[in-house]
Amino acid sequence: MDVMIEAQGIKKAFGKTLALTGVDLIAETGKVLALLGPNGAGKTTLVRVLATLLRPDAGWARVAGYDVIKEANALRSMIGLAGQFAAVDENLTGRENLELVGHLYHLTKPMRRQRAQEVLELFGLADAGNRLVKTYSGGMRRRLDVGASLVARPPVLLLDEPTTGLDPRSRIDLWQFIEGLVTDGTTVLLTTQYLDEADRLAQKIVVMDVGKIIAEGTSDELKGRLGGDRLEVKVAKGPRFDDAVQIMSGLDEGSPAQVDLAQRRISVPTREGALTLMVAARRLDEAGITLDDISLHRPSLDDVFLAVTGHAATEDTSAQPLPAAGRRARRRTS
Amino acid sequence: MRDSVTAQPSRRPTAKAARSVPPLIALSDIMAVTRRNVMHLWRVPQLLVFSVIQPIMFVLLFRYVFGGAIQVPGGQYVNYLMPGIFVQTALFGGASTSIGLAYDLKGGIIDRMRALPIARSAVLAGRTNADLLRNVMVLALMLIVGTLVGFRFHGRPTADLLGIILVLAFGYCFSWVYATIGLAVKDPETAQVAGFIPLFPLVFASSAFVPVTTMPGWLQAFAKVQPVSVTVNAARALFSAQPAWHYIWQVLIWVVAITILFVPLAVRQYRKT
Repeated sequence: MDVMIEAQGIKKAFGKTLALTGVDLIAETGKVLALLGPNGAGKTTLVRVLATLLRPDAGWARVAGYDVIKEANALRSMIGLAGQFAAVDENLTGRENLELVGHLYHLTKPMRRQRAQEVLELFGLADAGNRLVKTYSGGMRRRLDVGASLVARPPVLLLDEPTTGLDPRSRIDLWQFIEGLVTDGTTVLLTTQYLDEADRLAQKIVVMDVGKIIAEGTSDELKGRLGGDRLEVKVAKGPRFDDAVQIMSGLDEGSPAQVDLAQRRISVPTREGALTLMVAARRLDEAGITLDDISLHRPSLDDVFLAVTGHAATEDTSAQPLPAAGRRARRRTS
Repeated sequence: MRDSVTAQPSRRPTAKAARSVPPLIALSDIMAVTRRNVMHLWRVPQLLVFSVIQPIMFVLLFRYVFGGAIQVPGGQYVNYLMPGIFVQTALFGGASTSIGLAYDLKGGIIDRMRALPIARSAVLAGRTNADLLRNVMVLALMLIVGTLVGFRFHGRPTADLLGIILVLAFGYCFSWVYATIGLAVKDPETAQVAGFIPLFPLVFASSAFVPVTTMPGWLQAFAKVQPVSVTVNAARALFSAQPAWHYIWQVLIWVVAITILFVPLAVRQYRKT
């Protein structure tokens, strides 16, 4: 296994806020690693440490073999960074933005022209290349921003929430594009709040919450932690909802049910799959409870997140005191 | 897999690991960033227009409204006024340094630049260089305006040119003061307001518009030695063929002192952000 990014014991505090509380990370060459977590989890701080923008208070990190502190400048020529903002110059054209970045990566003039053109074409900006960026839509700026990080074809890409603010179509385009890059051997570390994004792109998912890593593995490994499938029922309107929760909680291994009152949905993890489904159907029927729907499904990463953190991935935990105490399982918000 | 992280891997000894950027590359970086900032001048010409409108208003105000009531030693008020306007213009122009940097900081452009393998000095030098170039253009426009309202050079051409260069050098060293302010406040609107705070005492408690001899003693003590006054005095003396060396060396001391103090401060602030 070839390691492209490794970090150990990274700590970073801003005043009294602990942004990172001892993070270890390994990203293999030529793969996508997704840092998954809610706002305030420390994802951006970690990316900024790896991109040499922030000096960690403790620990060390190396990217492409270079130390983030001692060999920062050599490291910078190995990475492409697209931060959370679309960091492009509004008063330049898309092409000029890319050529400027190429210049600053010290590409020759013909090379940076060629690369700018390639990147514009790749991101569907060829027609807009000679227009000022201030006339671009938000999605176009975002694409240009990600494109700028690729101008010099760096072996490592650090993308901080690359698809935030993109429309669904551009999002899928960008996913395909990242997959293409990885096929060509680029190592990608991206942060995301979107579980489906990590699921789709990443060979390895690192789940972060309040400044630390709380779980890591492949998508399947993480889902496997939930012990298999989930059984979900939607209870028809009526007074029997609580009884249904009772019955569902008593199934299989007696795992507590996850309840969405507004949607009248109840779900439980199950190892037995179809057998549990039949038992549930029989018991609910015997109790005279009518269902609108009953289904088995593979757990989503959202379920994983809820299981390991006790709250949904989309919740903002940044305002919580550290270490987050007294968390209770909350209803899913997505 | 865990084993490979327990020990820090050995350093990879390559020439690329050198920490500093070679001078020629650094120069190329500075040029690239300068070019980017200069392009803004063409792309947002209204900025240039508005940065001349304010000094033009000052010219009209002092030339035609207050001018008649202001007694200056030897000759016409317009020749007294214009060197003051030039220095004021160069100084106010520096405010765009802080606004521009704060804007880049807020928009993430500084982050992008800091993650590129470029010279540490490139972003700041590129900005201050571009602002110097802008000041050259604004000053050229103000020279035309001055000529239209009756200002004339009376020095030898070399002396007049030296006067202009001193004004530009003064504006340039203040760009570094503004760079420090812009990076410290981190917000374009705040940078704009904060930038004007040091300006007012410097420009108005100076010899830019009125002779300092009319000021109370305590204020005179400040007004006589502060950088705006000595730069205005130097330019005024050079433009009117008066002995100027007394002022010139004071200007040089101020320019060098401000540069020595604020270049490292700005760079430190840049590294911290």
